[in-house]
Amino acid sequence: MSSRLAARERRAAWQFLAPCMAALTLVALWPLGRTLYFSLTDATLDDPANFDLIGLQNYIDIATDPDWWNAVGNTLFFTAVSVAIETVFGLGVALLLNTAIPGRGVLRAAILIPWSIPVVVSAKIWQWMLHDQFGILNRILIDLGLVEHGIAWVAEPGLVMWVVIFVDVWITTPFMVLLILAGLQMIPAEIHEAALVDGVPWWKRFWSITLPMLRPAIGVAVLFRALDAVRMFDLSYILAGNGVRTMTISIYARNQLFGVQEVGLGSAASTWVFFLVGIVAVIIIATVRIDKRSAG
Amino acid sequence: MASVALRSVRKSFGPVDVIRGIDLDVADGEFVAIVGPSGCGKSTLLRMIAGLTDLTAGDVSIDGVSMLDVPASKRGIAIVFQSYALYPHMTAGRNIGFALETAGIAKAAIREKVTRIAAMLKIDHLLDRRPRELSGGQRQRVAIGRALVREPKVFLFDEPLSNLDADLRTEMRVEIARLHDELKATMIYVTHDQVEATTLADRIVILKDGHVEQIGTPKELYCRPANRFVAGFIGSPRMNFASVGSGGLALPIGSEPVAAIGVRPEAVVVQPRPGDLSARGRLVRVEDLGHEQLLYVALESGAANALPWTVRLAAGQPVPPPNEPVALGWSPAAMHRFDAEGRRIGGAAS
Repeated sequence: MSSRLAARERRAAWQFLAPCMAALTLVALWPLGRTLYFSLTDATLDDPANFDLIGLQNYIDIATDPDWWNAVGNTLFFTAVSVAIETVFGLGVALLLNTAIPGRGVLRAAILIPWSIPVVVSAKIWQWMLHDQFGILNRILIDLGLVEHGIAWVAEPGLVMWVVIFVDVWITTPFMVLLILAGLQMIPAEIHEAALVDGVPWWKRFWSITLPMLRPAIGVAVLFRALDAVRMFDLSYILAGNGVRTMTISIYARNQLFGVQEVGLGSAASTWVFFLVGIVAVIIIATVRIDKRSAG
Repeated sequence: MASVALRSVRKSFGPVDVIRGIDLDVADGEFVAIVGPSGCGKSTLLRMIAGLTDLTAGDVSIDGVSMLDVPASKRGIAIVFQSYALYPHMTAGRNIGFALETAGIAKAAIREKVTRIAAMLKIDHLLDRRPRELSGGQRQRVAIGRALVREPKVFLFDEPLSNLDADLRTEMRVEIARLHDELKATMIYVTHDQVEATTLADRIVILKDGHVEQIGTPKELYCRPANRFVAGFIGSPRMNFASVGSGGLALPIGSEPVAAIGVRPEAVVVQPRPGDLSARGRLVRVEDLGHEQLLYVALESGAANALPWTVRLAAGQPVPPPNEPVALGWSPAAMHRFDAEGRRIGGAAS
């Protein structure tokens, strides 16, 4: 290719990229820069025009706040447990849907319903179903004679985190199913048949063939879900409000910004959230080596 | 080693009959090729022998034992797929030895066996590579190694060379022939390539639309094709056909109800003037292949489907000028005769 042709193609590439980059600058880069800048100030919400630069003081304040570390713990616990359960369930359902069972098409569509409902609506539905006096779950448990009084699912300190995890699993397992099912369908049937003819038992076929070949698909699914889970806000906030047991780092950042009205502190907390999401992403990508294709 | 027998084998997918009653006996140690155009059901037939596809009716037996209730893994067969179906995340060595891992064989024994088989297939230097780091031919060798390691009674090949380029295909063809000589194993080989079938097989099964057109040695199929389909399918370039009688060639063919005749390209000669058995036409194209020349002649009348006739001419032979009328001739012994249904008439042609 001549250098003039190459230059023309480069110019065309930039022209195509320009609108996208302008939009990203406007909606992502600029707010991010603002947040970073405010995190170094003592700005407040009632008078945001009047502030001083105070260096890294906000970051230090947050790092020494036990509430912050409680929120970090909650978030990491929620992420690890919910994503783990969703992966196992998702894999199980995907394997089931990948076999030729009757009514598979209907099942595949039906399973998407929880995923298609807005999280706020799902959370509200579950809140009602789990209500200590009027909830259907307690009704069933009482009618079955398993409990005498309704259980206050979201008010019980030992239970509330598990309720949040349960609802999250209910909502997002379909997402896992879809991604893993797509991965399963990429595996050529002849590979399974070769193993079948070779007399490889089913557990060995699953463990040594299906699972390794699914690794990229599972890796991507876990990455997406984990990044979502680390910045989870709505589910906890609706089910348990500002409860200390379920406070995530996003709720913490929101509280600093709007509750305490400290723009500087809130921005610093948001930046911490940003870093944490980044760290989790790096760890997952490094562990599952998504970039290295295992199925090639 | 084992014999394989199919009895009235049928397969339907819903309303579609893919295999319409096939009987076949493969002797112990025999190499049988199943050939046919795409969609004729040859791969389905192989998969039914392997136990990967259920039969709708009929029976498959290996060594006289019905296999209907025997799972694929217990049939004593190994299959080599067109796509190779290698495990992409395992090294070539592990691919070959994988089937033995669960058979309760010691690691050292597996390793030794894999190495021995790899040496036989000349891939012992590639055992640590993944399939994606291997060429098509090397992958094919690994797939064959994976079949060999289990010492099956019957080898099944499903178009194993179709994904290779021409040079490699010839090389692997020789390799498979050598393996068959060494192992004396029963092999059933599915292909759409009649050259592979004729060069490799002891006997060939010609399949069309789910039923057998003819079973025989390559020589039998070439010299005495049972019908026009087989005559046209075996041999390259393909046989020349012409209709006779009204609208076709006027030939002295006796009293039999001959509707068409066929003459192989090498049996046709260009004549200075028409004789008893001859056809007139116009030379439309000459292909010089170096070792021989192919002449394409559009007949004046009777060329079935209006396909030009092919004439094989030795290299250096004089070629008539293009677009000039030519007369083609052949001997009575070289003429295959077919009735209105395309069935062979009589025993001529050698």
